[in-house]
Amino acid sequence: MNKEMRVVYAETLIELAEENEDIVLLEADLMKANSTKIFKDRFPERTFDVGVAEANMVGIAAGLSATGKIPFAGSFGCFAARRAYDQFFISANYARLNVKLVGSFPGIAGALNGGTHMPFEDLGLMRNIPRLVVMEPCDGLSLKRFMEIAASYKGSCYIRLHPRAVPPIYDERESFEIGKGKVLKEGTDVTIIATGAVLVPEALKAHDMLSQEGISAAVIDMPTIKPIDEGLIVDYAKKTNAVVTCENHQIVNGLGSAVSEVLSEQYPTLLRRVGVNEEFGEVGTLEYLQQRYRLTAAEIVTKAKEIINLKRECHS
Amino acid sequence: MDRIQIQELEKQAKEIRRLTIQAFGSLGEGHVGGALSIVEILTLLYYRYMQIDPEDPKKEDRDRLVLSKGHAGPALYATLALRGYFPADWLETLNRGGTRLPSHCDMNLTPGIDMTTGSLGQGISTAIGLALGNRLNRIDRNVYLIIGDGESDEGQIWEGAMAAPHYALSNLIAFTDFNRMQIGGYTDEIMSLGDLDAKWKAFGWFTQHVDGHNFEALAQAIEAAQKEQERPSMIILDTIKGKGASYAEGDVANHYMPVSQEQTKEALEKLERN
Repeated sequence: MNKEMRVVYAETLIELAEENEDIVLLEADLMKANSTKIFKDRFPERTFDVGVAEANMVGIAAGLSATGKIPFAGSFGCFAARRAYDQFFISANYARLNVKLVGSFPGIAGALNGGTHMPFEDLGLMRNIPRLVVMEPCDGLSLKRFMEIAASYKGSCYIRLHPRAVPPIYDERESFEIGKGKVLKEGTDVTIIATGAVLVPEALKAHDMLSQEGISAAVIDMPTIKPIDEGLIVDYAKKTNAVVTCENHQIVNGLGSAVSEVLSEQYPTLLRRVGVNEEFGEVGTLEYLQQRYRLTAAEIVTKAKEIINLKRECHS
Repeated sequence: MDRIQIQELEKQAKEIRRLTIQAFGSLGEGHVGGALSIVEILTLLYYRYMQIDPEDPKKEDRDRLVLSKGHAGPALYATLALRGYFPADWLETLNRGGTRLPSHCDMNLTPGIDMTTGSLGQGISTAIGLALGNRLNRIDRNVYLIIGDGESDEGQIWEGAMAAPHYALSNLIAFTDFNRMQIGGYTDEIMSLGDLDAKWKAFGWFTQHVDGHNFEALAQAIEAAQKEQERPSMIILDTIKGKGASYAEGDVANHYMPVSQEQTKEALEKLERN
């Protein structure tokens, strides 16, 4: 059965901790939501639930890492990224320490907790931290692999953790690395670049919908937003001359911005961004919010066609 | 401690003050007040109590200091130079472009600095992390932490104040530099700290309150803290901001101040006579 990604997170952390005694877990009273109680049951002495104190959690994680520990510190993305930003910036990153910060329930996954709990800006905040590795895996397997990568990587990381069960995109044989995107579908008319568990499946659906209309869309999963796979972006921009980015995040400062920056400098290309545009979050089911913020295959198709038409106008 | 040991510490403290005042003088400005108020505690820790090896500053099995009020770095740099972590002539490079002695403590630039600090309030959390890490690694060493009284306005201080007793971190020994001044004025006027002793006690710390410039009282307090087996320690230090620099002592605006060559010369002469 397809597992919830938060369960994959906890189980992978246990596997990593069995192998490496330096792995420790920090939480800020969200072990229930993050499904990490099983880690505490297995490694009580390596689990630190600091209570509702995210700034303290991140600072303690930084201190632990200075003694050689490899801390995974998790909270809802809104608190991990926004509330503890200065602690993560200074105590972890400016100090060149080794904290794996996990922002769970990203974007519309905040769902019934509503707008206060809905980070549409965490990728942007994290992208501003020099040398930080910023990841958003799109399924259970890629989450597991990127956690393994993060644990062995010497330096801080931000992992955007979607909590739900999602359809598998990859099988066990797939390997991943920091700064490398994955081509999921080849195509020649437009390139759809997506990140995360909400939008990568929608990008694949959009591929099929476009295909029925005779449009050939390449689909790329971009699991590390920073460093981003510049070479792959430019290659597919050259191939298709039209790019649509898709993210469960503001269209500023996240994936869309990162791709735009690469293309503006290296191969100016017509581009459209699917994402949240100048809005705060609000309450609702994930399915409702996906429609509400137009984070859907239909929106990707609309944007793809829009840009293909524009491309034709430009070239005629 | 006998009288000769105290005299020796006083000599070392005077030398740390001299080098610190010289470094500020060379630069022409700096965080004078809060650096000079912690000279005695730095002297005692680095010359008497901390298990350290200046030849091996990153030794895993060492006592560590988190100077959470990172702007007091210049006093710690003078201490580390005298203890042999790096040549004393580095002190003349304080805050100059390319220096290894920046305004606020940086563990990646300066040999002997155990934690990067500068954004106030964060040192208590990193110190807790170090103390927990030592415990997990079965390293029986202490983590020393110095926070400021102005810094105690930060909410993160009180998040840490709650957490350290929860984890029974008796290997964490903290000090508050209670000089009663912060950047904008007296702490009682800007944001009164109330009964600071009662606050730390209520949070569950083994709390002591001593004259921060009296070696005998300081030594007794540190030794009592080292003997404590269950709780983290807070030693509140009554100090004088700018202590020992004639141009700064008593001036409520001494947190960050310009320093002329004449002032430096006069301060060093007075320091020598005392």
